[in-house]
Amino acid sequence: MAKVTLESLHKQFGASVAVADFSLEIADGELVAFLGPSGCGKTTTLRMIAGFLAPSAGTIRIGGKDVTDLPVHKRDTGMVFQRYALFPHMTVAQNVAFGLEMHKVPAAERDGRIRNVLDMVRMASLRDRYPRQLSGGQQQRVAIARALAIQPKVFLLDEPLSNLDAKLRLEVREEIRALQQRLGLTTVFVTHDQEEALAVSDRMAIMHDGKVQQVGTPDAVYERPANRFVADFLGKMNFFQGGLAEGGVFGTAKGARIRVANDLAGARHVGVRPERVRLATAPSGGNALPGVVESTVYLGSQLEVRVKLESGEAILSQLANGSNGGADAGVGIGGTPTQAGTRVYACFEPADCVMFAD
Amino acid sequence: MLRRRARFPWARFLHRAFVALMYLFMLCPLIVVVWLSFFKDAILYFPPSGYTLQWYVKAWANEAFANGFVFSLQVALLAAVCGVVLGVMAALGITRYRFAGASSVNTMLLSPLLVPGIVAGIAIYLFYLRAENTLDRDIVGTYGGLVIAHVCLTIPWTVRLVTASMAGLDPSIEEAARNLGASGRVAFMRITLPMLRPAIVAAALFSFIVSFENLELSLSLVGPGHTTLPIAIMQYLEFNLDPTIAAVSSVQILLLGLIMLVTDRFVKLSQVV
Repeated sequence: MAKVTLESLHKQFGASVAVADFSLEIADGELVAFLGPSGCGKTTTLRMIAGFLAPSAGTIRIGGKDVTDLPVHKRDTGMVFQRYALFPHMTVAQNVAFGLEMHKVPAAERDGRIRNVLDMVRMASLRDRYPRQLSGGQQQRVAIARALAIQPKVFLLDEPLSNLDAKLRLEVREEIRALQQRLGLTTVFVTHDQEEALAVSDRMAIMHDGKVQQVGTPDAVYERPANRFVADFLGKMNFFQGGLAEGGVFGTAKGARIRVANDLAGARHVGVRPERVRLATAPSGGNALPGVVESTVYLGSQLEVRVKLESGEAILSQLANGSNGGADAGVGIGGTPTQAGTRVYACFEPADCVMFAD
Repeated sequence: MLRRRARFPWARFLHRAFVALMYLFMLCPLIVVVWLSFFKDAILYFPPSGYTLQWYVKAWANEAFANGFVFSLQVALLAAVCGVVLGVMAALGITRYRFAGASSVNTMLLSPLLVPGIVAGIAIYLFYLRAENTLDRDIVGTYGGLVIAHVCLTIPWTVRLVTASMAGLDPSIEEAARNLGASGRVAFMRITLPMLRPAIVAAALFSFIVSFENLELSLSLVGPGHTTLPIAIMQYLEFNLDPTIAAVSSVQILLLGLIMLVTDRFVKLSQVV
């Protein structure tokens, strides 16, 4: 395995910029997820690393070696595709053998390596089946084995779980993460699913419109989003427009005053995650904004309550099912304050507020 | 279902009868030709006074038919092979590379299907005459000249079938091969080509048949000693009307039918066409 370095990577199709000035260093054995809405440039970047696309500018290094001009078949990357892309006219074992043959692994050694990788993905017993005889999850496991058999320097996954149903997605996801950790694979994992990215990655790169918005560990990106796009794209966020009124106080455009922990000069928005907002019948904590419950959505494990504040702004509060029950005088599932029309205080701490310059 | 059957028993019967009639309508000429080939009388006479195999013996003894058969076989095989190779390359070019005029090239390659054979034959004849003058060598009436004309006839089939098959392929399969260390050429030969096999086999089959039974195009292009079977049959018909023709046709029907059956064993034609 080897580290991967992207230096000012740039890709343009005609007049439209697909990837702009992308620099990133992926450490040896690290899993980085590229996350973003479709068309954000994440797949384009992955395809540039694999060599299917040539960057318009910039350099790609694998293990310190410049591979920017190296053709696909000499790059030593192992790629897993969204639609499996198994060779339909070959058996499972033949699919895996293909890469070994291309890498001139001696025939005597091949069989052992085939058995080895198929064991890793629990597909050894189906080695003589054809892809059409396998389920989607099984096909993707074979594709993973096929990519890993050649012992690539980088493991590339392009939306590998998108074609699987929900339960299988979770299963294969955990399997990929476990394999990646056990083998210490330097991995790039492209996905549009935020939960997938959060669960599987060491670090994630959030992309939008061809630009990297933020790179960091899942908790860092979630707790301290760099801008409003990231905050909005990852999970949910209550935004208030306005500006700093005085030290430690943010005045919203409609007149509400929110105490914040960290001043950011020139802040134009403040945000707070819905799960950080508690509802109470009496004011408590650093911020307590009075309002009226407008609507409630029951989501099973959670309750989403929309409160219309006296200032006129709305705030969303997410309550875990059963959490807020007795302690706050009946606030929570089944408690009166979640019924529409009830007067409540939306309470949250200054430390939970995030300031945005944009 | 039960109720429907009870209420419309005649509908099912009608449907089956219609299907049976359609088959009969299509097969009738073939059946009659084969039947006629066994009639004893030299002048077609119904009902026949008896049955015989002598027309098959006569047909085989007729040099024009025997030579025509062998010549047609050679031309059709060569035209099918060349047509398939060129057609596959053309289909790849059209589907793989976005270039200006790709769709007009596609239409042009399919156009031999649209032009009446006799017109195409004369057009090629005139072109060959001009080419003979410029190159100062014989083309009309040569083996090569005829094969080249037939290749034009076979290319549309390959282009059509292979383009359709290419459109259904997932491009990431070939990419996966490249990613695993195969060069573009190896990935194509080992992965893409095998996936196109059914379309290519079907294309070869149709090319062979189209070339083998072609009359109109060949008419103006054959020379002495180089006569295809369909032309030999036509020439014979100008002066004779005995069942020899039926015997020759029966052999041709049998041969083509056999080829189709054998092909279908390897590639299910119904899936490709």
